Amino acid sequence: MSFKIVVLAKQVPDTHNVGADAMNADGTVNRAALPTVFNPEDLKALEMALQVKDQMPDATVTVVTMGPPRAAEIIKDARNRGADDGFVLSDARFAGADTLATSYALSQAIRQLGKVDLILGGRQAIDGDTAQVGPQVAEKLDIPQVTYAEELLAVDAETITIRRRLERGTECVKAKLPVLVTVTSAAADCRFPNAHRMIRLSKEEVRMINADSIDAEMDRLGLKGSPTKVKQIENVVLSHKESVVLEPTEAALSELSATLIKEHIL
Amino acid sequence: MNFYTDNESLSFYLHHPEMERVVAVKEKDYAEAGQHPEAPASAEEAVSQYDMVMNLVGEIAGEVIAPNAEQVDHEGPKLENGRVSYAPGTRRNLDALIQAGLYGISLDRKYNGLNWPRAAVVMAAEIIARADVGFATIWGLTDCADTIQEFGSDALKDKYLPRICQGATCSMDLTEPDAGSDLQSVRLKATYDEAAGCWRLNGVKRFITNGDADLHLVLARSEEGSTDGRGLSYFVFDRADGGMVVRRIENKMGIKGSPTCELQFTNAPAQIVGERRLGLIKYVMSLMNGARLGVGAQSIGLCEAACREAEAYAASREQFGHPINQFVAVQDILARMRARTDGARSLLYETARYVDLSASSRAASRVADILTPLVKLSASEFANRCAYDCIQVHGGSGFMKEYACERLYRDARILSIYEGTSQLQVVAAVKGIANGAYLKQIESYEARVAEMLAAAPAGESADADLAARQHCLDVLRKATEGYKRFYEMATVEGSTSKRFEHATRALTEVLASIVMGYLLLLDSFRDARYLKSSQYFVRESIGQVTRHIAALENC
Repeated sequence: MSFKIVVLAKQVPDTHNVGADAMNADGTVNRAALPTVFNPEDLKALEMALQVKDQMPDATVTVVTMGPPRAAEIIKDARNRGADDGFVLSDARFAGADTLATSYALSQAIRQLGKVDLILGGRQAIDGDTAQVGPQVAEKLDIPQVTYAEELLAVDAETITIRRRLERGTECVKAKLPVLVTVTSAAADCRFPNAHRMIRLSKEEVRMINADSIDAEMDRLGLKGSPTKVKQIENVVLSHKESVVLEPTEAALSELSATLIKEHIL
Repeated sequence: MNFYTDNESLSFYLHHPEMERVVAVKEKDYAEAGQHPEAPASAEEAVSQYDMVMNLVGEIAGEVIAPNAEQVDHEGPKLENGRVSYAPGTRRNLDALIQAGLYGISLDRKYNGLNWPRAAVVMAAEIIARADVGFATIWGLTDCADTIQEFGSDALKDKYLPRICQGATCSMDLTEPDAGSDLQSVRLKATYDEAAGCWRLNGVKRFITNGDADLHLVLARSEEGSTDGRGLSYFVFDRADGGMVVRRIENKMGIKGSPTCELQFTNAPAQIVGERRLGLIKYVMSLMNGARLGVGAQSIGLCEAACREAEAYAASREQFGHPINQFVAVQDILARMRARTDGARSLLYETARYVDLSASSRAASRVADILTPLVKLSASEFANRCAYDCIQVHGGSGFMKEYACERLYRDARILSIYEGTSQLQVVAAVKGIANGAYLKQIESYEARVAEMLAAAPAGESADADLAARQHCLDVLRKATEGYKRFYEMATVEGSTSKRFEHATRALTEVLASIVMGYLLLLDSFRDARYLKSSQYFVRESIGQVTRHIAALENC
């Protein structure tokens, strides 16, 4: 029986390319003015899934996202990078979901896929930074979870070994499958799309799944199923509180430049 | 950063109206449509595929290759025990492109290529060269595969072409210590080994770009006792078969990430490509024409990088209370850099389209042959001048190692030397000068411009542009008449005279200016922003021709 991997992904506003019109006058995000991207840590999760597939050629990778029809872009992107399949949970009844309702919808969608061996997702999305959806999906599916994963060390049909980040170091964890793993930005970058896959898959549509197809209780979806209420949104101006001491060497300066470029500061 | 999407000119040329014919020729009237899952059924679908994949090339160039360029320049490749190891950044660049399926993009789909026409291949080369010219030489050498595809036996193609599409690197082993521009003097010996059923290579190759590649195309003397080009044949040597060591890596001024090697072949087993004796006169010439277009693309990539470095610096650097791009002296430099980049680019893609059309038309092939030396000459010389101007815009800072412009300056220098020096491009252009082929091509451009002007709709805003275009046409006609007069004066003592030989470089440059002026003028009908760059070449052509005539009249 084939090894089934699910990757949880989200299409998010590209917060690295924020223009002057990115915020509305009332302090809310003007999503229309922001380009969208594949949430960066979800891309890292996809790469980890593809690494498993590299080692287990019969494995399949299915990417699941929830969002407007436009979110199909990240499913296409994931397929071009090597995912076998993917779909978008897209329905007005999913709209306005907080992490509780989102994780419920995702977990119900995953249940429809039958036996799943491994679920991977980014630690958190750059538009919300909650880091709650992955763990909540694991709880709802009643499977163990490994969070803050940085590297896939080994995998077989029964277990997975992961190096995960701790506050002051890392630890290696071996977990029995099925398990849900959330991946941090320190993990390997995702491979690029492949030109041949892009051409072959360019005409294949992405499946849209609605709320009726996931055997869900409607009261637990979208705004209705979301106890979280946003009281207020405010702009926060970051101040210079932290400092980094650099050695006056070429290597240290190169490293700083590389970091600043990577963070899109330069 | 994406080096394709941030440069509108690339999409402009990818969507050139003539691409419809180019694609039809390359796709053999869409014979594979429905037979192969990647084959397009129309020009529109093909161009949309190029656009999609070019986006990927642009992403890898902007996100991987460009950020690695400085470190690669510092570290360079290393030689240990006769083997070359690339700088780590070069390895990452290669891995990204291999993973993305961007090797062997011109090859047939049956070998897992993308079957791209030259007009699309050189665009990918330009994008990669903008990120790092040195790396572009390594990637661009996969063009060697085209020679195997065109002239090799089926067995050779089946053996090697799929490997190239999977990322096998290539080198083109031509130069020897005593055979540089004069390849007829090649001495590396090829002898047939009856027992082993293969050829054996013995001798030394020098200045071989990417010399420790997986696959080598080697020019060698197969005919015992011969001394000229007719005794040379072409061979493919597989590095994995042994018999070759890298003796040294040259310590170069620029493109330092690209290993330039001296190779010693000792009984190295090899297989012949095509027929004996045609190595230089047919196969290398074909490969070289492709390589010259490739260097044109590299040069334009470098021009684009230099323009952007200079424009960005001039916008941010303030002197006398203003950004320096507000001063006319700096604006002049920036406009000249941009015009040269635009002109060379328009010429590059025009030539590439003719190369593609050559597959079905002798006339197109003749035009490709005369335009190729113009591209190589103009683009590589412009790259050097753009790199110079880029440093000039940076002032004293540009002389320091901190800015990319100093690397561009060093990298540019080889472009007018390798794959045929500028002087050899002039030699290649002489035939077209003497037989009037260039003038014929210019006349066809003139007729097209006149036709488009006549058909252009009138209107208030259009009138000003029309008048400007008409003026350009008038001056280009005048420059063409001047060129004819210049040619007559230069050949007054005959077309084999020293006087004519001295004038050939200037004649070639005038022709190049006129051609670029016309091409940009034609482009301006599709996008008015090219009018300004056209005007630069209009002024250049009339200025050059007037000066040369005056010089001949006075001496």
